[in-house]
Amino acid sequence: MEATADRLAEQKYSFDVVRWFTIMAVVYLVVGAAVGVYIASELAWPFLNFDSPYLSFGRLRPVHTNAVIFAFGGCTLMATAFYTVQRTCGVRLWSEKLAWFTFWGWNAVIALAVITLPLGFTQAKEYAELEWPIDILIAVVWLAFTANFVMTIAIRKTSHIYVSNWFFLGMMVMIVYLHVVNSLAVPVGMFKSYSLFSGVQDAMIQWWWGHNAVGFYLTAGFLGIMYYFVPKQANRPIYSYRLSVIHFWALMFGYVWLGAHHLQYTALPDWTGSLGAAVSLAMIIPSWGGAVNGMMTLSGAWDKLRTDYVLRFLIIALAFYAMSTFEGPVMSLKTVNALSHYTDWTIGHVHSGALGWVAGISIGAIYHLMTRLWHTEMWSESLVNVHFWTATIGTVIYVVAMWVSGIMQGLMWRAYDEYGTLAYTFVESVAAMHPYYAMRAVGGGIFLLGAVIMLFNILMTVRKSATQGSLRDARATLTPAAA
Amino acid sequence: MSDSNTPPKNFQERMERNIWGLLIVVAIVLSIGGIVEIVPLFYLKSTEEANRFPEIVWNKENPGSEPIVTVSADGKEQWNWQPGDGVRPYTALELAGRDIYQREGCYLCHSQMVRPFRDERERYGHYSLASESMFDHPFQWGSKRTGPDMARLGGKYSDEWHRQHLVDPQSVVPESVMPAYPWLAERALKGKKMQRHMKGLRAIGVPYNDADIENAPALVDGKTEMDAMIAYLQVLGIMAKLEPGVDYRQ
Repeated sequence: MEATADRLAEQKYSFDVVRWFTIMAVVYLVVGAAVGVYIASELAWPFLNFDSPYLSFGRLRPVHTNAVIFAFGGCTLMATAFYTVQRTCGVRLWSEKLAWFTFWGWNAVIALAVITLPLGFTQAKEYAELEWPIDILIAVVWLAFTANFVMTIAIRKTSHIYVSNWFFLGMMVMIVYLHVVNSLAVPVGMFKSYSLFSGVQDAMIQWWWGHNAVGFYLTAGFLGIMYYFVPKQANRPIYSYRLSVIHFWALMFGYVWLGAHHLQYTALPDWTGSLGAAVSLAMIIPSWGGAVNGMMTLSGAWDKLRTDYVLRFLIIALAFYAMSTFEGPVMSLKTVNALSHYTDWTIGHVHSGALGWVAGISIGAIYHLMTRLWHTEMWSESLVNVHFWTATIGTVIYVVAMWVSGIMQGLMWRAYDEYGTLAYTFVESVAAMHPYYAMRAVGGGIFLLGAVIMLFNILMTVRKSATQGSLRDARATLTPAAA
Repeated sequence: MSDSNTPPKNFQERMERNIWGLLIVVAIVLSIGGIVEIVPLFYLKSTEEANRFPEIVWNKENPGSEPIVTVSADGKEQWNWQPGDGVRPYTALELAGRDIYQREGCYLCHSQMVRPFRDERERYGHYSLASESMFDHPFQWGSKRTGPDMARLGGKYSDEWHRQHLVDPQSVVPESVMPAYPWLAERALKGKKMQRHMKGLRAIGVPYNDADIENAPALVDGKTEMDAMIAYLQVLGIMAKLEPGVDYRQ
């Protein structure tokens, strides 16, 4: 019956653009993770910079962050948002042309990023490095994506808008605000501009952007994924409607305030940082509400975790979501932040969110999509299982390495000897990090291996679908009776 | 589930049935936090310490009234500003260095923000003030110290040390994981380009004197990116003279 429904969906909805976004998401996962492993290795073994401007850490690090956030994350969001909105609204995309424009436009942004960042064209604001011409292109493509999504909801056949779409919508609107305001700059050349803001105001605006790129792009958007794909994969309704309403509004209102906690004890006025930290603490409640909502959707069907590898990805992602959304507020507390800020602990926190939560939920959703979009089973289920274990083990090794190195750095910097002088020079702390940097590169490498296995598995699945002709059949079956 | 003919029973349901209503309400809810945290920073007097301590900014009363440095026909530099006179815009050479600092992504491993802790004071120097980065478009406070903080770097090492360190960091600090930047010494600066950059900054409020911009080619032509980088590093944190014991932050 499932197969019949999928065939009908194939006829009813436009899935071609979803298929392309899905494949590109996995390609970019491999690329982004590979660059990540390379720059992690540079920190452990600096000869890897090879005295080349194009390979040096400072230029490649934005390539890594942009590739994983905007290329992998973006393609995943666009694939899943276009898929979810059609299936939950019961209509085709409002404009297929606009969807293809979004696909080619977004990939053009990514290609330009890969070219310009190693050349050193940068606005020098974290996660917003791309220069002004590319920023304009991003704004246009993003608005096309948003307009298509909103209009598809506007022409829906269902009476109510499903919860996934609320989260996607919140993300889209917030990214418009953030991207436009944070990227305001005066161009002084084709690929050089200066931020309109300076000093303390620029810092606040940058971290309002920085934290909400995490809070909306990487959280709200991926919660939209969670609210559709977890119930679908588990074949049960979401645990609590009420909890999802609270989760949604609390997240929309609250997350926006958190950016200030990145600037504790800096020259940002105390009131702003404290406000950011206070709201950060309060955010534990809705975040955990959301995580519980996702996990409890499995209640009565926990045994599925033994056999369903895709569900495993989705649920471990929620576990990482719960963990990072607890860790984040703790790190925003002034006393903890005094130790953790500027250290690898922050990097560890980001990656427990990025590898554990964002990548986990995405990978689960993509495996789910593969079978629905190509109308066949995965080429290899056991490789999905191998991927699950490599991703999980790689993430844990990465995060543990960064916790240890981060806390150690923080403690070494503030340590005093018995004469009341600083116990360590800075460079002693750098030397002490070496084993953990090596361990991090290994953890990242294991995660990368999993991503490569995934890419191989999905390409083989596409090939299998082509040989079997399953996608062709799904398209050709004209009536339910024929199926 | 009620169908679309029955009236919505509450606000939530009204939202779930009306995309335009949902869009508008979400757009409003999303804007609040940012407005509350960001907008006051532009007008609250307490944000910039220079409002209480005008002496930390050079020519605070008459910004841009005199050039920072002029160059005479025979190439002699005449400085109107001395270290400690207060925060001022970057000279053409320093700005070129700052452009390179951004291009190479230095801010990804080096912060420029000393926090008010005893260990940071002893390791780096006086804690940083907001007004010290008032001309920094964009700010370069950073978020990570893979290497040490740079906010008070100026004057700590010789130019020659920096030159050696940038070309081959491990030759000076064997345990360092910093990449080498040998290409800086091979690339020449362009005065015209720096004039364009300074005009751009002046358009968004950095108080350059006309002579600062006119003098740019005289300051940078014939110099390398390495010279610019060192000029920038050597001016970090030495512009304002901060007195120990004065409570600059409320």
